[in-house]
Amino acid sequence: MLQVRNLVARYGEFQALFGIDFDLKQGSIVALIGANGAGKSTFLKSIAGQMPNKSGEIRFNSEEISSLPPDRIVRDGISLVPEGRRLFRSLSVEENLKVGSFAGREGRWTLEAIYTLFPQLKDKRHVPATALSGGQQQMVALGRGLMSNPDLLMCDEVSLGLSPSVIKDIYMVFPQIRAEGLSLVVVEQDIDAALRISDYLYCFMHGKVTLHGAPSELTKEQISAAYFGLETA
Amino acid sequence: MLEATDTIIQGLLLGGLYALFAIGLSITYGVMRLVNIAHGDFLVLAAYLALWPVTNLEMHPFVAILPVVVLMFCLGYTLQRVVLNRTMGPNFLAPMLATFGMSIILRNGLQQIYHSDSRSFDIGAVGADSIHLGGTIAVGEFPLIVFVVAVILTFATSLLFSNTRIGIALRATSDDAETAGLMGIRANRTYAIALGLSFALLAVGGVFAGIRTTFTPESGPASLLYAFEAVVIGGMGSLWGTFAGAVILGIAQGVGAKLGAGFGVLAGHLVFLAVLAFKPTGLFERSR
Amino acid sequence: MREGLSYVVSRNTAISNAAVWLGVAAAVVVVAVPWLPYLGTAAFMRWAVEVICYLILAQMWNLMAGYGGLMSVGMQAFVGIGGYSLFVFAQHLGVNPFLSIPIAGVMAALAAAITAPLVFRMRGGYFAIGTWVLAEVFRIAFSNISALGGGSGQSLTVMTRIDRSTRETAIYLIAATTLIVASLAINLLLRSRFGLGLTALRDSEAAAESQGVDVRSLKLQVYTLSSLGAGLVGAIYYTSVLRISPFAAFDLNWVVAATFIVVIGGIGTVEGPIVGAAIFFALRWLLADYGTWYWLVMGAVAVIVIMFAPTGVWGYVRTRWDIQLLPLRGLDVSYETVSCPIKGHEIDRLYDQLRSSSKKILRRYRALSPWPRCWVSSLGKHQDGV
Repeated sequence: MLQVRNLVARYGEFQALFGIDFDLKQGSIVALIGANGAGKSTFLKSIAGQMPNKSGEIRFNSEEISSLPPDRIVRDGISLVPEGRRLFRSLSVEENLKVGSFAGREGRWTLEAIYTLFPQLKDKRHVPATALSGGQQQMVALGRGLMSNPDLLMCDEVSLGLSPSVIKDIYMVFPQIRAEGLSLVVVEQDIDAALRISDYLYCFMHGKVTLHGAPSELTKEQISAAYFGLETA
Repeated sequence: MLEATDTIIQGLLLGGLYALFAIGLSITYGVMRLVNIAHGDFLVLAAYLALWPVTNLEMHPFVAILPVVVLMFCLGYTLQRVVLNRTMGPNFLAPMLATFGMSIILRNGLQQIYHSDSRSFDIGAVGADSIHLGGTIAVGEFPLIVFVVAVILTFATSLLFSNTRIGIALRATSDDAETAGLMGIRANRTYAIALGLSFALLAVGGVFAGIRTTFTPESGPASLLYAFEAVVIGGMGSLWGTFAGAVILGIAQGVGAKLGAGFGVLAGHLVFLAVLAFKPTGLFERSR
Repeated sequence: MREGLSYVVSRNTAISNAAVWLGVAAAVVVVAVPWLPYLGTAAFMRWAVEVICYLILAQMWNLMAGYGGLMSVGMQAFVGIGGYSLFVFAQHLGVNPFLSIPIAGVMAALAAAITAPLVFRMRGGYFAIGTWVLAEVFRIAFSNISALGGGSGQSLTVMTRIDRSTRETAIYLIAATTLIVASLAINLLLRSRFGLGLTALRDSEAAAESQGVDVRSLKLQVYTLSSLGAGLVGAIYYTSVLRISPFAAFDLNWVVAATFIVVIGGIGTVEGPIVGAAIFFALRWLLADYGTWYWLVMGAVAVIVIMFAPTGVWGYVRTRWDIQLLPLRGLDVSYETVSCPIKGHEIDRLYDQLRSSSKKILRRYRALSPWPRCWVSSLGKHQDGV
């Protein structure tokens, strides 16, 4: 479904990605792990069209999307839930969700569907979005991403700053989303959570992929080495 | 006492006109942090645009407002798409300098075409008649119309922002243009609509100003300053705050004019400076 | 142990040294004008004073906006205050008119310092228009002082005591000297720690502040210095023209001209105002018969420049052909294999950081102990990379 070849990305003069190769099969959940600054968010932003300074191939359903702007990419069916949630301050919960649908894609995800998925939000629908707790804000951000009825949903560090129980609540949602036919890319700092949830794993370090494989096939040692960059004996 | 009330009411109604000047400025600053230095000059342009149908087609100035509004919206939209969007970026100086350049072009362009003759629109009896409100207080019909229109337009704009899809898009883009892009909202087009909206409101203000007093190509800067002062006095983030600021400015100018000929404008400046000194965020700032 | 790599941080190149000599020669010529055959006429000198005034004002605007990031549409306030201060001291208090000029400059600077707290409550676009309101307040205020001629202004009659040619030569020389001193001062200022702080401030206020740059103080200093320059311009101009009025002294066109000169020439560069002034006066001469068309053309050129070449004509030339006559931006770094007490890996880090943005330069520069700083030599070859 998604195929990336030799992706190089820069912030001005600073190079963040050094030739990433990546594959995602339809209907799977892929996790990206790696330390801070490894390039995971940059990778997602590159796919979402937010990195103007990049080269390489990005194919989504056989269509080359690397030169498209973000608004076209969401129209094509890739939705990004950005790092730090980035909810719109001036908008209420419901308005934030509505914005998600502005790309104009029809589908199963409507306001009602989101409220069914996250019942907590229904009572707070008219509250300014940034007045909610961290966990609820993350739900709004996820809901907003879903409202564009994407085929591929990319989540950047949804567990950041949340307590373990809240993280559990949010992670319970992923299988439900996948059951509805979405594919997922999830960036996670928490290796265990990533291993539990994903069908396939990529490990980033210093802008390169140091390891990839199905969680069942990878050992803890391999992962630690790839994550922390220790030379394997 | 009665004279004081009368002065205040006149000032209040003048504030209505200033509100029409100011909302447009408030919108462009709110949505894209742009201070349009040519704001006042576009106001004057609107008046000159209305001049053509009024003199050549014998159109009533009130009626002429409609085509001018449409024209000005298109002009604002195009200007943003073609010129200003190019200058938007991390450098905040560039868009301001571009509008500064436009201001000079407009002023001198209009000067070349229309020279320095003062013009004005005549609306017959409505311009001179007064309505009596209880006792001996009389308010001019026209200033009252202007005030009512200002209230209606402020209300309508406020509704636009809070209830419509484009309003949500405008607010989202002003909060975080990058993330709005992720939702399919194109910043370029959103900014263009914001400027178009601002110009449309300017059009009404410009024609009304042309009815109320005379205008020349040089009338722009003064209007910009009044609009600006209204926005600062009222405070950031709220359309009604801007409206209130405009009313306060109108009253200040009215009171000043009563105290001494030519002191009106200065009084407004001084109130502006006072607000700046003691409550820089404005009197009715809405915290974001 | 790594063989010592040292840094020769050179700020001058061969071209820049040539430019310095060119500048010195130009300064000599400018000062010698009154005694030169064709140029030493009263008419030329009067025109030259005007050009010089615009050029100084442009440099001041550039200092504020291009280097300090403060765009002001109210600089005319200080031109007017400078002009009127001159009249107050020379005409009304009997001070020697030529001595009154620097005094007028100081008065303008004082006015700036006093109004700064008010004006700095605003930022960005609001600051720009806020300074304009202030200028208007001054204009209205001075229009109402009848002792100074009220709305119609007054003439500098004290000057009639001095004979014409002495007067015109003197004012020309004062203008020329002010230009040279101002240019030198700005150049030296920008090369100093103050200048580094300014560049850091312009690039990112928050980052500069986190590095210990006193942002408020810096802004105040820039604002005051620019206003001092503007005041001098007003004093010099109205001594030359001999008649002042609020309408002229506080005219928006002062700042319009300064802005366009800097923007078209190249904002944030030292050479920009010179290039811009040349274009400005060339256009004015070309369109002299067409009334105010030249303002329209200037405006159009300015908008086009901002859209397509935001660094101005000089900025474009510089990036295209990679020249820098009066280098300030960044520090050119070259390697020289020489024994050096700084350890190898420290040098690599230093090099990487010097190569990047100016706020990092500031940080690193301050971190250098006094010893390596004396390596900043004035001559050296410019090499890119090892």
